Amino acid sequence: MANYSLDDRFIRELPGDAEVAVSTDDLRVFYGEHEAIHGVSLPFERYKITALIGPSGSGKSTYLRSINRMNDNIYGSRVTGNIMYRGLDINSNAVDVYEMRKHIGMVFQRPNPFAKSIYDNITFALKRFGTKSKAELDEIVETTLKQAALWDQVKDQLHKSALALSGGQQQRLCIARAIAMKPDILLMDEPASALDPISTATLEDTMMALKDQLTIIIVTHNMQQAARVSDYTAFFYNGQCLEFDETRKIFTRPKIQATDDYVSGNFG
Amino acid sequence: MEEDKIRAAMLRKSRAARIEQRGRAISFACIALIVLVVVAIFYFVASKGLATFYQNKVNLWDFLSKTSWSPSTTGPHGKPEVGALPMIIGSFGVTFLAAIVATPFAIGAALFMTEIATKWGAKILQPVIDLLVGIPSVVYGFIGLSVVVPAIRNVFGGTGFGILAGTFVLFIMILPTVTSMTVDAIHAVPSYYRSASAALGATRWQTTSRVVLRAAVPGILTGIVFGMARAFGEALAVQMVIGNAAMLPKDLISPASTLTSVLTSGIGNTVMGSLENNALWSLALILLLMSLAFNLVIRWIGKRGALK
Repeated sequence: MANYSLDDRFIRELPGDAEVAVSTDDLRVFYGEHEAIHGVSLPFERYKITALIGPSGSGKSTYLRSINRMNDNIYGSRVTGNIMYRGLDINSNAVDVYEMRKHIGMVFQRPNPFAKSIYDNITFALKRFGTKSKAELDEIVETTLKQAALWDQVKDQLHKSALALSGGQQQRLCIARAIAMKPDILLMDEPASALDPISTATLEDTMMALKDQLTIIIVTHNMQQAARVSDYTAFFYNGQCLEFDETRKIFTRPKIQATDDYVSGNFG
Repeated sequence: MEEDKIRAAMLRKSRAARIEQRGRAISFACIALIVLVVVAIFYFVASKGLATFYQNKVNLWDFLSKTSWSPSTTGPHGKPEVGALPMIIGSFGVTFLAAIVATPFAIGAALFMTEIATKWGAKILQPVIDLLVGIPSVVYGFIGLSVVVPAIRNVFGGTGFGILAGTFVLFIMILPTVTSMTVDAIHAVPSYYRSASAALGATRWQTTSRVVLRAAVPGILTGIVFGMARAFGEALAVQMVIGNAAMLPKDLISPASTLTSVLTSGIGNTVMGSLENNALWSLALILLLMSLAFNLVIRWIGKRGALK
């Protein structure tokens, strides 16, 4: 397998008028002594979709998980560097992670609905953060399920178990559950990898529809998916981001050899 | 404006975070209490049990290897005799024999419940086995006394009391423990192992014996060791059927004794601080160290199983 230099990098600056939703500055992730992410600095533009691509083990999921500090829960892991969100470095003990995760939600690779009803899955976090009124909860359940393109299929069985849904429906329920908190940013870790092509297409439509209210960062192994849905693409390799650019440019005229080989399938 | 609000909310320590700190303190207090109790028990038993060797100047090696146990009377050497070997052998004897007899039965029963009659197994056999675990040991001992001992007397002669009767009662007692842990171990084997094996043309028996049981070995071993720990520590039921003669067992059907049976029958009849009493504490110390050893073995098996 060819070895690509980690020093050969191209990170596109966002246009001057672009609003940055969240950005990382020299983000490093350590598992014990091992450094899994070697200082990644990336900006994510508001109301855009940014795709993180790269081979397995390149650190894209680790990077994504550190943005809303999910790595906090992993024993022996340590994250250094800044994560700037609303002018605040959220990678700091002064920041309340629970409050922060209200604004930065996450959808995981495998659909992970709770063993509760569809309705309770969506209202779980809302109730805990103090939304009590039944009418308000009903309203949020309906809007989020509509946004996640699930409402028509489940509106008559909201109180049935979420585990009875198909994989694609479960994943859309997980998205509905995440956006019910009205987050600013949605992190998606290979959300379509366990889904069939039809469910994947629906999921992509949902993402496009959500774009006008939130910023999405998505890890994907599917390069057509990255090309279809994302505005920006970051190519990860061995714990470093080698190239970040507009998706169009990454897939047509990449500036780095490794990216070129990866997107054209000549990698390795 | 809204921006500032969100920022302020994130910087405020939320109620949840504060409650969490309190929760951490409470759970730490709970574990501290448990650790304290364990340390206190160890300290108490060890200080009493070691007094035999420090205060009463009994030789440790004599204690472990001599076969004559009469701490209340003075022996031919002008010293009380505290040789615990008969009890040690009795305890290990009934424990290992019971485990050896129980293991094949437990594996057979578990296979029937998990691989052959899965529905029936889950619905009827599992509750039956759970019920068996909950039967008080005095009931087992009583049945042993009124059924097993006379049966052995009729078949083999002698009094009927002895290691064989103890083994039989313990075998029945640990069988449900070992069985239900074996069932758990087999359940934990992923079904794709079975599919993979079946797809290669392996028969049901080959799949079960070579793939499923092989993968379940650490769990099954843990179950057996758990059963042995229970057998080793069982006092009442064994005391009722073993005959309680503190001498080296000649065979399986002559009266013998175990560490626990000597402890339960002797502890009420001795004076605190005397050699007789201290010697019993030494037996208790052996029991404690053995249960520690069983625990370590279980952990070790678990760790080795996890690596694969």
